[in-house]
Amino acid sequence: MDYIWQGLQQAAILLFTLDAETYSAIITTIKVTFLSITGSVIIGVPLGFLLGYFHFPGKRQLRMVVDTLLALPTVVVGLLVYAFISQRGPLGWTNLLYTVPGIAIAEVFLILPIVISLTATAIEGLDRRLRPTLRSLGAGRVQLALTSLHEARFAVLIAGITAYGRAISEVGIAMIIGGNIKWHTRTMTTAITLETGKGQFSMGIALGVVLLLLVFLLNGALVLLRRRTR
Amino acid sequence: MKKRVFSGLLALGIAAVLVAGAGVSHAQDKGTLLMATTTSTDNTGLLEYLAPEFKKDTGIELLWVAVGTGAALALGENCDVSVLLVHAPDAEKAYVEKGYGTERTQIMYNDFVILGPKDDPAKVKGKSVKEALQAIEKQKARFASRGDNSGTHKAELDLWKQAGIKTPDRESWYLATGQGMLNTINIAAEQNAYTLADRGTFIKYENNFKGNPPLVILVEGEKELRNQYSVIPVNPERCPNAKYDLAREFAQWMASDKTQKLIAEFKLLNKQLFYPNAGE
Repeated sequence: MDYIWQGLQQAAILLFTLDAETYSAIITTIKVTFLSITGSVIIGVPLGFLLGYFHFPGKRQLRMVVDTLLALPTVVVGLLVYAFISQRGPLGWTNLLYTVPGIAIAEVFLILPIVISLTATAIEGLDRRLRPTLRSLGAGRVQLALTSLHEARFAVLIAGITAYGRAISEVGIAMIIGGNIKWHTRTMTTAITLETGKGQFSMGIALGVVLLLLVFLLNGALVLLRRRTR
Repeated sequence: MKKRVFSGLLALGIAAVLVAGAGVSHAQDKGTLLMATTTSTDNTGLLEYLAPEFKKDTGIELLWVAVGTGAALALGENCDVSVLLVHAPDAEKAYVEKGYGTERTQIMYNDFVILGPKDDPAKVKGKSVKEALQAIEKQKARFASRGDNSGTHKAELDLWKQAGIKTPDRESWYLATGQGMLNTINIAAEQNAYTLADRGTFIKYENNFKGNPPLVILVEGEKELRNQYSVIPVNPERCPNAKYDLAREFAQWMASDKTQKLIAEFKLLNKQLFYPNAGE
């Protein structure tokens, strides 16, 4: 039981003494999360829009594939991406293994299905009368698509937040692709794994508390953003 | 075909992230040496103690990935690291023979010990390794194994063989954790089990409990229990991107008198964790 109390105390100490190792892991975590969210939104929102907006043969099956990929295990993504970017793999020349962009790219694969699926759902969920209304107002095809996307912006934001929750909390990819290298690729979650492995449970709990605080702060920022854009 | 689609998607992802990630620091800048090593050298804090000295003496920044020896050898074979610090002499010799590494440099040793609960349910205290393992098997006392192809795991499998026991696997008393050394010791402690550990990691564990841990050393001090660590640079002929010059510099530095003295001075609870033996 002492572990938990000690962990809480230590979390406060780490934060207030500006502990360099902890802040390095926090910054790495933020970098990875930011990059992977950016990458997956750039790729995923247009794909999700296409999937939700248009009707085409095989749409339902494609949707099922995307929804299945929502359950991708992080270690499987990590291992597959490792196989490709290892020096012996076909993309070894990119030198992405054990780098922050490497982790971010692998996490793009992890959260892309979330962004695609939730964006598609958001577009599908728009008011059915939206299209005929817009058309009767003389909107062209492009305008129609852009307005639909605009109407669905909050749902797309939710997709981003959900993806971010998965990216910031995962550990399998960060461990395999990042290698948990101190000062370079050590993230909050791999640091927690390491401390647990070293038997320093209170330190692990402290880092866990710090991670939760970080998530809380970022979520708060997003909520504010949402209010302001309304 | 599938592979190509995946490669394509991956390239797309890379492009998107590189655009966003320009300027993010890289673990493979010049002047850094990437090493794969075992959990014991990392968990004990030895590398964190040596790396700043190495940087001071050579200007090279040492980065490391701590995995089991089996995984470390595989990372070297895949050219993902430039140098290895591992402890499985037989596997290492085979590794160098196959041309994956250039040469082995002996650096230091410590020894393996059999740990168990203080009340010692299988009564192994003071017995030989062979007798101890036979007693554990006979009494079906719980035994936690690394089970991860690490140097310690390989040593444990050898010891079962030497004791004339078929390697346990699915026996209900045998717990293959698949995790690092300290994790495995912790699991053994929770489960009231025996385990094999290197002395360095055990001292670290003892230190975590301020010298009064639930598991204690029950069997120690035999020739078979020696645990040798070596440095192997990855072969630059197979892996053109491996930083062979830096790797060799690291091997020489580790074997130098100064570093050997540093290793000998590395202590926890006033106990020495590793014994330098580069000269042998």
